[in-house]
Amino acid sequence: MSKELLSTEKLSIGCVAPPAASMVNKTGTWRTQRPVFKNEACIGCRACELACPEGCVFEDPEHTHVLEGKDREVANRVFDPDFCKGCGICATECPVDDIDMVMEEK
Amino acid sequence: MASDELFDYSDRVLTPGYTSCLGCGEALAMRIVTQAVGKNAVFTNCTGCSEIFTSRYPTSSWAAPWLHSLFENSAAIASGVYYALKHKGKLEGVNVIGTGGDGGTADIGLQCLSGAAERGDDLLYCCWDNEAYMNTGIQRSSLTPLDAATTTSPSGKASWGNDRPKKDLPAIMAAHHIPYVGVGSCGYYRELPKMVKKALSYRGPKYLQVHAVCPLGWRSDPGKTCEIARLAFETGCYPLYEIIEGEMKAHKPPKGGWKPVEEYLKPQGRFRHLFRQADGEQQIVRVQALAAENIRRFYGDDEVPDFAKEAEKKVADMAEPQEAEATA
Amino acid sequence: MAETQEILEGAMAVAHAVSRCRPEVVAAYPITPQTHISEELSQIVADGDLNAEFVKVESEFGAASVICGASAAGARAYTATSSQGLLLMSEVLWNIAGMRLPIVLACANRSISAPLSIWCDHQDAEAIRDAGIIQLYAEDNQEACDQHLIAYKVAEDRRVLLPAMVNLDGFLLTHVFEPTIIPDQDLSDQYLPPYEAVMKLDVNDPATFGAFTEPDKCMEGRWMVHDACRRSLPVIEEASAEFEKIFGRPSGGLLEEFHTDDADIILVAKGSLSGTIKDVVEEMRAEGTKVGLMRIKTYRPWPEEAILRVIKDAKHIAVIERGASFGAGGVMTPEIKETLFDAGLQIPVSGYCVQLGGREVPPDGIREIVDRAAKGEKQTAYEYFRLKEDILPDLVPGA
Repeated sequence: MSKELLSTEKLSIGCVAPPAASMVNKTGTWRTQRPVFKNEACIGCRACELACPEGCVFEDPEHTHVLEGKDREVANRVFDPDFCKGCGICATECPVDDIDMVMEEK
Repeated sequence: MASDELFDYSDRVLTPGYTSCLGCGEALAMRIVTQAVGKNAVFTNCTGCSEIFTSRYPTSSWAAPWLHSLFENSAAIASGVYYALKHKGKLEGVNVIGTGGDGGTADIGLQCLSGAAERGDDLLYCCWDNEAYMNTGIQRSSLTPLDAATTTSPSGKASWGNDRPKKDLPAIMAAHHIPYVGVGSCGYYRELPKMVKKALSYRGPKYLQVHAVCPLGWRSDPGKTCEIARLAFETGCYPLYEIIEGEMKAHKPPKGGWKPVEEYLKPQGRFRHLFRQADGEQQIVRVQALAAENIRRFYGDDEVPDFAKEAEKKVADMAEPQEAEATA
Repeated sequence: MAETQEILEGAMAVAHAVSRCRPEVVAAYPITPQTHISEELSQIVADGDLNAEFVKVESEFGAASVICGASAAGARAYTATSSQGLLLMSEVLWNIAGMRLPIVLACANRSISAPLSIWCDHQDAEAIRDAGIIQLYAEDNQEACDQHLIAYKVAEDRRVLLPAMVNLDGFLLTHVFEPTIIPDQDLSDQYLPPYEAVMKLDVNDPATFGAFTEPDKCMEGRWMVHDACRRSLPVIEEASAEFEKIFGRPSGGLLEEFHTDDADIILVAKGSLSGTIKDVVEEMRAEGTKVGLMRIKTYRPWPEEAILRVIKDAKHIAVIERGASFGAGGVMTPEIKETLFDAGLQIPVSGYCVQLGGREVPPDGIREIVDRAAKGEKQTAYEYFRLKEDILPDLVPGA
């Protein structure tokens, strides 16, 4: 019933809003700096994924790297540029310094 | 993989696009806690940052049913939801989660929270403690720590900032003899889902307070949010623990030993005056003494480091000249 | 099934009438003179005669908040209060109206502190008259009972979806024993089917209740509350007509016309005071004075069309109120004047605050008001009737 009664174009009775409609708001446009995921030393600890307030760091299983001197393939990490605000928490939390923060280009 | 396959938000309780500040510890805590709860839940909110940044009509971030009413009644509307679902037999596998900031919980919302806890209502209440009324522009709350500068407890020639220590809200909740009281931190994000699952394994009222660093209000580096949160614990300024069925379980002490409070205070602009104003060190000593008390309370006297005990002695000495004046 | 009449205290009767409405969540906090309603309801639940959650809330604010959450989750919900309690929960009631949740509450009208008084006047309900909450006023206990069923029926109607408040005078109705018919449960079930929310908090169909709106949309959101309140006018009349059809006796409606057909002087009032006024009207009619009473049953929405039909030919109107707007004038008095003005009618209107805080105006007071109107007295300001000036101190201390 909600789907017929709720829209993002008009108000609804009681101003009830549709669920999960925030992704149109691309907070990535806020950034002044961006993370660079080097994906060299990354051990797959997931700190970057967990500590991101926006939850926009993801595992990219199709792209992997092998840790130097180890026989282990670790999936790369990527961030969603639509939502990353460039806060830098991922870079701070990474235990192996595999994430740099650089100034965002125009 | 196409980016929409890679960036899959379909399982999220909170979809991104919410307008929290960069590095918001509250947003981090909320994201992790709500995700641990899952979509089979009805969430309530009080007015505040967490409500404003997730519910601008019509771009709500909430994928689960959500109700916001007023500033001070998140716990009471959660109770109402609980009673309605209970009456309709719709509570099977569904949790009721009340949420709010420290202002809306500890101050104006305390009556409703106490009522829900006293009645034994089956809901989990999560308090995002960023230690001030942040949404209205950083005003002091009863959970603002000693000497923190806020807009209603600013530092100045005649003020060291907030002149009261934090109200012990977890103790107030524990005094209701509810099955679960937890104090977590946005800095220990791996532990939060475990705390949520533990809490939800109990029937009855549950309370989870999460320390949430606010880079804007605390004037700290947004990238250091989790680090600063951990320093709060590692210095003894913000004890972390669970009280499960009345039994206290303190967080294990920091691996490298307890750190002096300066390490926690220094990176925050809201304590900057303690390092700049003359006699500021005396206030830092007071903060250190409070931390010492915290460490003793949860870990015993042996755990309290010497530098912390020295601070307590200094505080006691500082009090004496006043007594001498009174009797003269 | 024949209904029986019992001699019941007003509050008790109301509690049983509420029980007939099958509320699912009841939350109420004690306050004189409403308390017997809550106590009796809690006994009805304790006796297993009503399957409802009776929530032991920590304040009236808690009561309104609990029923806000319950209604948003799709349950029929109820509370009762008075005076200070109504003011304390007023923030929630405004919020409930804005969110279009159809809760019903009783207000046992009581004076507002300070000074503290537990006795009747209408300032409590009138203080929240702008919120868009439907307001019905009962003259007697029977009406107070019936209006609860009508209130739910109107509130939950999809054309309305607003909270509704049944006002009954504190002590004068709540604590008075009158012969009352408690509506039959089967007939009540026929009249008032179970509540089906249009939208609710539901894990299978999630939605966001209570989002904030920016200036580009907020006015429309607020206007919709006004619109729904206006829209309830015909719904109230329909609900009242259906009540008569099912229960076999008339009740409800927008207003009562008592000897107003050919009246030169029309008195306007609401609530139990109407009983006293009707006695005086009958006496004075027997003496040849063409006086009548228009009793307002539905105060919000303001039924101006129905009112105009009654008063348009009067020579003088006297509004007899149990309220006031301090620093200005009356409450219903300016509303009557506005209705007349908008219709281009220049009938003189006198407004009287006949009591605040429970001191009843006797029949000779009503008679005096009618006599003054009959003499063509032109009032220049809202009058506090028979104010005891001899007990007033120096109004500027130390002057």
